[in-house]
Amino acid sequence: MTLMSEVGQKAFDLGVPLAVHMDVTYRCNERCVHCYLDHDDHGEMTTAEITDALDQLADAGVFFLTFSGGEVFMRRDFLEIVEYARRLMFNVKIKTNAVMIHEQEARRIRELDVDTIQISVYSHRPEVHDAITKLPHSFERTINAVRFLRDQGLRVTIANVLMTVNSADHSGVQKLAAELGVNYTLDPTITPMMDGDTSVLALRIPGEELPSIFRNPALVDNQEEFCAPPKPPSEKDLEGYSCSAGHSFCYISPYGDVFPCVQFPLPTGNIRQQKFLDIWNFSPQMKEVRSIQAKDLTVCSSCSHVTSCSRCPGLAYMEGSMRGPSTTDCEKSFYRTGVPTANMLRQGLSKPRSLARSGAPLIQIQPVAAPA
Amino acid sequence: MSENPIYVARNSAIAARALAGEMMVMNSADSTFFTLNEVATVIFQAADGRTPLREIVRDRVCKQFEVDLAEAEADAEQLVSELSQHGILITSNQPLPSETSR
Repeated sequence: MTLMSEVGQKAFDLGVPLAVHMDVTYRCNERCVHCYLDHDDHGEMTTAEITDALDQLADAGVFFLTFSGGEVFMRRDFLEIVEYARRLMFNVKIKTNAVMIHEQEARRIRELDVDTIQISVYSHRPEVHDAITKLPHSFERTINAVRFLRDQGLRVTIANVLMTVNSADHSGVQKLAAELGVNYTLDPTITPMMDGDTSVLALRIPGEELPSIFRNPALVDNQEEFCAPPKPPSEKDLEGYSCSAGHSFCYISPYGDVFPCVQFPLPTGNIRQQKFLDIWNFSPQMKEVRSIQAKDLTVCSSCSHVTSCSRCPGLAYMEGSMRGPSTTDCEKSFYRTGVPTANMLRQGLSKPRSLARSGAPLIQIQPVAAPA
Repeated sequence: MSENPIYVARNSAIAARALAGEMMVMNSADSTFFTLNEVATVIFQAADGRTPLREIVRDRVCKQFEVDLAEAEADAEQLVSELSQHGILITSNQPLPSETSR
């Protein structure tokens, strides 16, 4: 166990919110075809409200702080917010499309000792990237920003969301990242839109294509172990739960709503109405999330994949129950190992039924109702 | 402990937070991650750039932990030297500006 994972386990056991993801805005200068957000501003937190929230997060023990959006630089006060966070000694990571980062912004980010900047790049081909972002010349601007940041000595990671329209380009993006001297990460997850619209899920790469990713040595280390059939769970495994959402991690929206995770749209409270620690410690929703053990999962507790599956309780919640299966993760487990999941077996399926084609209603992020 | 006073301040480039009495520290320059034990955490938290290390050991470490002053001073000097090498603390024979508020 690494020191980092030891600390993560300690925070999980103690119920300390070690990491928080905060979206400072949902506004964006790109209109990515797969984006789940509503980009209108419905009343973002002010600078003072955010700095007050940061004070509370520091007091609560939060160490890792990720700022994301929307596009973070759509807020003119964004670097002021980062400066405040760094004065409070958070480890700060920024997720951005970087099109508004020039030499001056890159230098300021370096001065603020930001840990990592994660930048979305969809293709090594400008025409494909720009067609996804719907912002002309966005590829050129983003890659220029990667160079500015890299030249400042900052740690940059190119995040490559994989979908039907760019599924052939991951090796090109990976090569581009290597040429630029930055890190590369791939994510095949496409999330339903905030209003519950699932049409965007049609962009998910078909499950049948997942094995070519899982078994690509350039993308996955130690494939033999990664794709091995699941081991039977122990009693201890069934009494625990591996996801940090609501245990040592949470998400805060630009409107102050607190959720167990950015991908878990269960409202637990709003920091404009309550103190963060009151929500974290006493919200019935947070307590319910924390109460779940692997043995409580309605279908997954009897699944051979229960200990190795990437099952996301947030995606399961969107499908109807935080204790139920997450079909997209069932699909990944099956195509990773070739072993059918309990969710498939109970439905008599020989291969997973994709959620994109099922038309299942999904719940998405809704703001916490204001007090009467 | 050396005759000249040693002043210690936290490097503003680092990230730090206490977890159950132990300080987590990360240096963004090289992503090195440390956890400091309780004694080291006390020294880290008291490293305001103005209080000599000798005073920190005498007034904080020896009062909170049952340790011999001379032994604690020697250990503290070694710890501060190691943390300086990792860019976590800055040391000087002159008072330093306080790098952080927390």
